[in-house]
Amino acid sequence: MDILTILFNGLSLSSILLLAALGLAITFGLMGIINMAHGEFIMVGAYTTYVVQGILMPALGDGYFFCSILLSFLAAAAFGMLLEVTVIRRLYGRPTDSLLATWGVSLVLQQLARSIFGAPNVNVVAPSFLGGSLTLLGVSMSYKRLFIIGLVLLCLLAVWAFLYHTNFGRKTRACIQNRDMAQCLGIRSKRIDCLTFALGSGLAGIAGCALTLLGSIGPTLGQNYIVDTFMVVVLGGVGKLIGSISGALIIGIASTVFEVGSTASIAKAAVLFLVILFLQKKPQGLFALRSRSLD
Amino acid sequence: MSQQKASEALLSLKHISVEFDGFKAVNDVTTSIAPHEIHFFIGPNGAGKTTLLDVICGKTKPAGGEAYYAGVGNILKLKEFEIVKKGICRKFQVPSTFINLSVYDNMRIAINRDKSVFGSLMMRKRYLDTKKIYEVLHLVGLDKKSKERAKALSHGEKQWLEIAMLLVEEPKLLLLDEPVAGMGQPETEKTARILEEIKDRCSVAVVEHDMNFVKSIADEVTVMHEGAILTEGSAEDVMKNEKVQEVYLGRGEKKHA
Amino acid sequence: MDIKYWLQDKKNLVFLALVAVLLAMPFVLSLFRLTLLGKFICYAIVALGIDLIWGYTGILSLGHGVFFGLGAYAMAMYLKLEACGSALPEFMVTGGLTSLPAFWKPFASFPLAMLAVAGLPLLLALIVGFATFKNRIKGVYFSILSQALAWAFVTIFIGMQAYTGGSNGITGFTTLLGIQLQNPMNLVSFYYFAVAMLVLVYIFCTWLMSRGIGKILIAIRDGENRTYFTGYDSSKYKTFIYCISAVITGVAGAIYVLFAGMISPKELDIAFSVEMVIWVAVGGRGTLIGAVIGALLVNAMKTGISETMPDMWLYFIGMLFVLVVLFMPKGLTGVFVKLYERGKERFPAVRLPFGRRRSASMRGKGAIS
Repeated sequence: MDILTILFNGLSLSSILLLAALGLAITFGLMGIINMAHGEFIMVGAYTTYVVQGILMPALGDGYFFCSILLSFLAAAAFGMLLEVTVIRRLYGRPTDSLLATWGVSLVLQQLARSIFGAPNVNVVAPSFLGGSLTLLGVSMSYKRLFIIGLVLLCLLAVWAFLYHTNFGRKTRACIQNRDMAQCLGIRSKRIDCLTFALGSGLAGIAGCALTLLGSIGPTLGQNYIVDTFMVVVLGGVGKLIGSISGALIIGIASTVFEVGSTASIAKAAVLFLVILFLQKKPQGLFALRSRSLD
Repeated sequence: MSQQKASEALLSLKHISVEFDGFKAVNDVTTSIAPHEIHFFIGPNGAGKTTLLDVICGKTKPAGGEAYYAGVGNILKLKEFEIVKKGICRKFQVPSTFINLSVYDNMRIAINRDKSVFGSLMMRKRYLDTKKIYEVLHLVGLDKKSKERAKALSHGEKQWLEIAMLLVEEPKLLLLDEPVAGMGQPETEKTARILEEIKDRCSVAVVEHDMNFVKSIADEVTVMHEGAILTEGSAEDVMKNEKVQEVYLGRGEKKHA
Repeated sequence: MDIKYWLQDKKNLVFLALVAVLLAMPFVLSLFRLTLLGKFICYAIVALGIDLIWGYTGILSLGHGVFFGLGAYAMAMYLKLEACGSALPEFMVTGGLTSLPAFWKPFASFPLAMLAVAGLPLLLALIVGFATFKNRIKGVYFSILSQALAWAFVTIFIGMQAYTGGSNGITGFTTLLGIQLQNPMNLVSFYYFAVAMLVLVYIFCTWLMSRGIGKILIAIRDGENRTYFTGYDSSKYKTFIYCISAVITGVAGAIYVLFAGMISPKELDIAFSVEMVIWVAVGGRGTLIGAVIGALLVNAMKTGISETMPDMWLYFIGMLFVLVVLFMPKGLTGVFVKLYERGKERFPAVRLPFGRRRSASMRGKGAIS
């Protein structure tokens, strides 16, 4: 394989990781909640796409896919909102407890998917316009992967614009930085928390929708991504979007490079050990906020 | 600060600077703490007093500077627990005791001489240790409450327990961050008495806002403002200083902005 | 440890009663059920190891399956070599190997294999503990890393099929030191051996927690930063207890193989590792008896539900996670202690001084809060 192909594959993997981790960068990175059910929200998004395809494809043809992106987002966001209101709301400030509780939720969601859709994997037919591939400088780039890279950029732009250029985003950041003060200023912090969590979950839904382009989907789809996505956020440093972006790029490209000359599983394990080694040097991740607050 | 005094100092700080994300919390501070003195660090909020204590006890690594500790040398490279073993103990602003252990057990953990893992595996009660624990608890007035869990203590009692925990470690230098914050007048006076008493055993560096408290027991006062030292001297001298008055009355802002 | 003090603690008495029940079980249960109970006892030993680091020290490890797996694989490799004699294990043949890999060779010797049962988990825990705790990686960050570790190990074990048996793991054992594994009488002996190990580990844990180190671990859990400024290198303490926990888990894994007759990467997995934590959470973190009861109870329920309604199990355990965390943070032990204290007007417990080798954490109120 030539270098450009490796680079493109790495970039493609990075984009998938980033898409899966973007929601986590919000719920874990900004809100500090360890949502182990994040992977299952990805799964919810994927199955939503599957259902939407079944209903809308006959009527809309390939156009169904754009509807399914939106609906995947909404479905996962709805699940996220439900989880926030029933469980997570009671566990702010108890990170390890929230970790255990959301793990339980993830088990329930997996079984739910199994009960509804059956244990075997199902396939989603990718829209025909994403079928081919583009060859540039001798690198064959499939439209599906290009589409995912584009989708990630779009999501990033949307999240950035939302957090930094809307009133709601401003309130969100205010709540994250100083909840008590925000409440004193009349911000309904509970509602903000709920909506922010829903946003993070919804992004996982979009990731799930995108993953249907790459392969079949099953109840344990999310499990494959949960470790990777957490590593992306931890490597990048909690609290900054730019950290997650670089974390995804590093892990994605490193995995692809290591895969040359070894197997995928060895490459993944190697990358993981490298990340652990790296955290020795910088326990706070790539982009750490150095501040006066303890812990 | 005369040259002579610096040479016999217990701890001398030289050109200490600390930065947080580009903000200079402490800027080129040089001062020293003599043996057996109560040395106050005062100044408005954000003057860098607490940060300076953080640097001494190893919690914060400074961007530059050196801290020479008598008989040891530069301590800035050491880790927190190593600094403690050299005899510098720190009390934090918010009382931090081990809330699920009894007062006595808190003291036991502090007095334990061999703080290695295997030392604590073999840790047993020594008669002299117990005697000393009760002696120190008596000093801070907690000897009657030795069996209560630390979380059952009042705010002031927790502060004293923490001071007692530091005292049984027999430090040479005690760092106290606002020991009388949240205390009423009688409690403040009691704390002042405790500090006077422990002065014979070690030096004490205190960060404080309460000027009456400062006046009553200070040997030396360092006034800080916006990360730098404004002036040093006895409590009376410092209070008379015009710059200090400006800073405390809030007129100094423009000048230093 | 003074036996009089040990017996004064009601939790230890409960444990003794439980052991008495366990000892009677071979006369009551069928062989199939007894084998199952033997596995549960191994889980109870694991739960003790988890409780040491999570309940007492506040380190949530989501990768303890790795230690369980290492102990179990070490045992399984020995058993496999004994079963195969001079022949090559079949998965190696299908994997295309022609001779035994070098790292398998020591496992032909029983003493070396037993050394590996404890040594491999110890070594890994030492490395991981040193690498993480020394750099103040703590709380959820440690949990995430430990989880990633488990995941990496599973990936490697499945990926290297020719060396580890892949996702099927290692099966087909016949004898241990010439003792037939499937013989009913021998199984009963193994069962009693497991119970004896449980008692041994339990006593060891109570001893450990009654020493000064027990207090210091609780101190680390409640205020790690304060322990630095009291002169303790808490990372060493954490590494120490993490290693102890890993060895206990590894030993449990090795005994488990005797009952299960096989080992596969499923026992290393994250899902299994997290399940270990819920055993302790259900029983009551920070009390050793809680960990034992939790492990036995949750697994008994797992068997019961899986046999009658297999689909319901994940719903059940999932909800259990949520409900225990939300409504029973101290687990069953916490509920019982509360009921006990409410039902009986009690004088405040007289606390014995720290050094009397008698831990306050072992009495009624327990170390949890």
